[in-house]
Amino acid sequence: MSDILLEVKNFKVTLDQSPILLDLNFSVYEGEFLTILGPNGSGKTVLVKALLGLLPYEGELIWQKKPRIGYLPQGLNQMSVKDMPLTVKDFFTLKKVKYEKIIEYLSLVGLEGGVLNKRAGYLSGGEFQRMLVAWVLASSPNILFLDEPTTAVDIVGGDTIYSLLKDVWQSQKLTIFNVTHDLNIVYAHSTHVLCLSRFGHRCYGVPKEILNPEMLRGIYGTDVKFYNHTH
Amino acid sequence: MTDQLTLSLISGIFIAGSAAYLGTLMLSRKMVVVAGPLGHLALPGAALALIYGFSLSLGAFPFVILGILLIWLLEMKTKLQMEALTAIVFATGVGIAFLFLPIDKAEAALIGDISKVNFYETLAAVILGTGVFITVNRSYSQIMLININEDISKTEGINVKLYNLIYLSSIAIIVALGVDLVGGLMTVALVAIPAAAAKNVSRTVAQYGLISGVFGIVSAIIGILLSTFTGFPAGPLVILTSAVIFLITVPLTKI
Repeated sequence: MSDILLEVKNFKVTLDQSPILLDLNFSVYEGEFLTILGPNGSGKTVLVKALLGLLPYEGELIWQKKPRIGYLPQGLNQMSVKDMPLTVKDFFTLKKVKYEKIIEYLSLVGLEGGVLNKRAGYLSGGEFQRMLVAWVLASSPNILFLDEPTTAVDIVGGDTIYSLLKDVWQSQKLTIFNVTHDLNIVYAHSTHVLCLSRFGHRCYGVPKEILNPEMLRGIYGTDVKFYNHTH
Repeated sequence: MTDQLTLSLISGIFIAGSAAYLGTLMLSRKMVVVAGPLGHLALPGAALALIYGFSLSLGAFPFVILGILLIWLLEMKTKLQMEALTAIVFATGVGIAFLFLPIDKAEAALIGDISKVNFYETLAAVILGTGVFITVNRSYSQIMLININEDISKTEGINVKLYNLIYLSSIAIIVALGVDLVGGLMTVALVAIPAAAAKNVSRTVAQYGLISGVFGIVSAIIGILLSTFTGFPAGPLVILTSAVIFLITVPLTKI
């Protein structure tokens, strides 16, 4: 059994006087691949931002060890750098990563050194997303927060990103908090799932144990085609 | 070369060079629109300077600071778009200025008066221009990352509030200095045009900053020299020179 990493108790987030999250309680253990699942508007991104200290919250948030956090926010897509004269190398240099380290992390995500001098805005969607993963890993985090990391890529690209994330999760011994509304991701990649809904339903646990049609109906407010993956 | 021309050239080079360098950060954050209204807001200060006979930049500075505080506060309170706020603030600045501005002296406030700059004003331009350049250079990576995404900058351990303060203070200093060189109406051009031209022809961040600075300096030199030969005011000539440079870069644009 691994050590507890984060305890969240009576967690509450209020934005513009409306409560977004209420009385949330859960614990995350080291090495978990936790997926935060829920429909649009259920507060997934708000939860992540509050956990990261980017939004104010009430309640307790107890990190058992000092976290070294890497974060891929939802808004950080290629449009943010599209028009900038910013090469891949420049992007890493913004946080003073040394040349050897850049090469090391790029190869970890399957990118060749040849992309170094390409403008970040001109990479393909999949390459850009992989570069972001390398960029985040270059700060040697032990915890990754990923907010919809595959929205900007097609299905095949999305699968590649997730198998890549699974590889680095194992090889770098990371704990991952991953936000998605895609149910398939939960079964294919997560050790644990935290579900949020607009209707107050929520769950936390091992996907195969807790995700049943009733629970999904509670979360999404409608019937959801239920895939019980066996792998 | 006369002493006055030397002083004008030195002031112009330091103001335009640091403004253009800072402009590369403002352009990447879509903040250049703010420099225009801030320049206009400097007009009441410039009016006071003209009435009481002190440096245009000195008069402009407190008004620019006030403008930045005003935009910042209004943005927090109203959540209006930056463009809308700057439009409100800018029109107010111009309105107030024209209540006070002695019309016979208005030209200097509107389009600058670098040709009459004195030794102390030049010294201030050199010191402040260098200060802004060094400050921007040291915080360039952090501000660029904040421009790209504020949340990611925070999680990477960057003190976003501190760097925003550094950034806005640099803008305030540059806009106030810019009033001397090109007047309150055109300060936006000092930060926007060289940066836009540099962006057209740059592939890397390093090229972007360097080329923009060079374009700014070249525009100031050519503009001021043209002014001594033609008798036209230097401010508009500096801006027109940078506009010509921009046009030259358009067909060379790297996209």
